[in-house]
Amino acid sequence: MAQREELLAAIQRGYPEGAGVAVLPGGDLPTLRVEKRVLLSLARRLKDDPALDFKLLSDVCGVDYPGREERFEVVYHLYSVTHGHRIRLQVPVQEDDASVPSVYGVWKAADWFEREAYDMFGIRFEGHPNLKRILCHPSFQGHALRKDYDPGQRWLLREGEQDQPAWASRRLEDEDHFETQVLNLGPSHPASHGTLRTVVRLDGEVITDAEAEIGYLHRCFEKMAEQHTWNQVIPFTDRLNYCSSMMNGVGYALAVEKMLGIEAPRRAQVIRLILSELSRIMDHLVDIGANLNDVGAMTPFLYMYKAREEIYSVLEACAGGRLTVSYVRIGGLANDTPAGFEDAVRYLLKRIPPLMADMEKLITQNLIFRQRTERVGAMSPADALDWGWTGPCLRACGVPYDVRKAQPYLGYEEYDFKIPVAHTGDTYARFLVRVEEVRQSLAIVEQALARLEPGAVITDNHLVALPAKEKVYTEMESLIWHFKWVMEGMKVPPGQVYGCTEGANGELGFYIVSDGGGKPYRIKVRPPCFAIFQAYPHMLKGHMVADSVAILASLNVIAGELDR
Amino acid sequence: MTTADIIVCDAKPLRFLQRFYVVEIVKGLAVTMRHFLGNLFARANTVTVEWPEVKREYSERLRGRHILLAREDGSPRCVACYMCETACPADCIHIEAEEDATESVEWEKRPKVFTIDLLRCVFCGFCVDACPKEAIIMSRTHEMAFTSREEAIVGLRELMQQGPIPRHDLGYRPYYGPPPAGGIALPIPVKPAPARASG
Repeated sequence: MAQREELLAAIQRGYPEGAGVAVLPGGDLPTLRVEKRVLLSLARRLKDDPALDFKLLSDVCGVDYPGREERFEVVYHLYSVTHGHRIRLQVPVQEDDASVPSVYGVWKAADWFEREAYDMFGIRFEGHPNLKRILCHPSFQGHALRKDYDPGQRWLLREGEQDQPAWASRRLEDEDHFETQVLNLGPSHPASHGTLRTVVRLDGEVITDAEAEIGYLHRCFEKMAEQHTWNQVIPFTDRLNYCSSMMNGVGYALAVEKMLGIEAPRRAQVIRLILSELSRIMDHLVDIGANLNDVGAMTPFLYMYKAREEIYSVLEACAGGRLTVSYVRIGGLANDTPAGFEDAVRYLLKRIPPLMADMEKLITQNLIFRQRTERVGAMSPADALDWGWTGPCLRACGVPYDVRKAQPYLGYEEYDFKIPVAHTGDTYARFLVRVEEVRQSLAIVEQALARLEPGAVITDNHLVALPAKEKVYTEMESLIWHFKWVMEGMKVPPGQVYGCTEGANGELGFYIVSDGGGKPYRIKVRPPCFAIFQAYPHMLKGHMVADSVAILASLNVIAGELDR
Repeated sequence: MTTADIIVCDAKPLRFLQRFYVVEIVKGLAVTMRHFLGNLFARANTVTVEWPEVKREYSERLRGRHILLAREDGSPRCVACYMCETACPADCIHIEAEEDATESVEWEKRPKVFTIDLLRCVFCGFCVDACPKEAIIMSRTHEMAFTSREEAIVGLRELMQQGPIPRHDLGYRPYYGPPPAGGIALPIPVKPAPARASG
């Protein structure tokens, strides 16, 4: 608490009363209400002052409050890697003058996040270099996340009206008077790992210009979440990062539980942790395998998939689904694990290391692989933070930021594990970090197994969770609670929360606003690969076409999470 | 965060022999040959299945196609309370209720129309959780193919339980009975290939 006061006092020192920066009381994070005239100067100070040092812009999003005089609010979440503190800035915006200065000049991470807020709310960011729609089609009309936008509205969108960067239609000759070529990488390409389109200008085989277009897999996650009850959102979260769907559900449930002020029972937490770490292993295996496959090494890809298939079997035995598990509930888990769960996890702990060892024997010191990946797609730590990178990609640049250590949840502070860090920041470093992370996750799972004790897996609070089935069949009161829970949905007290967990690819944040009703007022997902992928076109310049494939796979971009 | 929490995994320089392909190729071939021979002769650790001749076993919780359970007299257990329709996050269930003239003491309603759009369904199992009458459960049937969108909207006739359900087809449901002896079966078990009909 004292830390929070100190931080807020330090920020306010430069802004006396009436200067446009006000502290909002309470809340999960230190929150400042900032007027847009001082936003840029405050942003610069927050980043450059060594005592504040907010180098990482986690998230920018809009919220619509039609009842208020200032209808929109732009919300910024900042994090300081050196001090470990986090703040939230709220900038109110009027509807008839819906514009905010862009903070792209301060944090490059704002690039796509601001475009998304523009796309969804129509808030203009003055000074943004490329402000256009990002998730919706260029000929889409209206702004989908405004509260008065009808979710059933349909538009006819034509292929011919596809988005094209301005430079793509210009003819350009290189210094030898050869015409350069504009080429689409994707959207439907086996090496693009999801429907992603990158328009590049080629001079021979070297990429000189690039721009990425996303949104092909946009399924209105955030709009749909506002139309459904808190628990109905869980199946939707499975489809964010579908390579490790368990972790999305855990992140979402933890954020809502934080809002409710409850905690899942101990056993549920340990099971969540075990399955999350197994999902992380699975995600890394897929990424390593796909990366190797893309640079031409098919064999280790199949070894990785062997391990993944068996992890899926364990998840399926617990949850009933392989890819889309829907196993987490707010307040716990849907069911207890089946008999033999511990033996199955122990089997996996024995099964995965030899497969990893075989892959490492073939790849890690392989001359061809190293020549393909070393110094390819290198990123400096300062740039990586500036772009909003988190997770293994950031750690490969030498910044040891891991939410599991920085802000432990699910009891991660009790486990003995290390954060793998490499320093070159290139594709090879990202591979090495992921390999080591798999080992660390295996160690965590082994420790967690020893802590698995019998007990309940879901809270007995009938306002949060469904009563047990046998009670519903036999007791009138339970039947009534059951009925109210299904029909009205769980009520969450009004307020806002930013819950973040370490997803397989970085900081997975859920910014949730509740108005006290049975449905979420606003859910903003901070997908880790959204921040990572926005740097991709900038990384490509100067690389060969073949390198673009190696870089893309090493960033582990999952379109389901990117486009939501 | 202390430095003790960090493990540095920077690239290691290549050793002299690793700079030449020949030795490395032989070592690599040893690994791939071991896997090749293992897959050829010891099927136990192979995860691939020769589908559709051989099918793999799934767990008892697999969320497959829905089954509407019947009472002893063959009428649906469903009382058309709309709980599953409300709980469904994909909005794929559609129910129309009617008065059950034959029974008026224990329940009064029965479904006149009960359809599930299997192409909309996300197989999350929330309908099973929401049902207060244990009228809807899920089977392990997951291989479904349709020739048109209309065909994928299944009604009471297709969903109703027809006679006893074999245990190996029962999927996600409220009660599982005694757990199977083996627990979670790993390596992944497969159903034996059915003997092919001669001729």
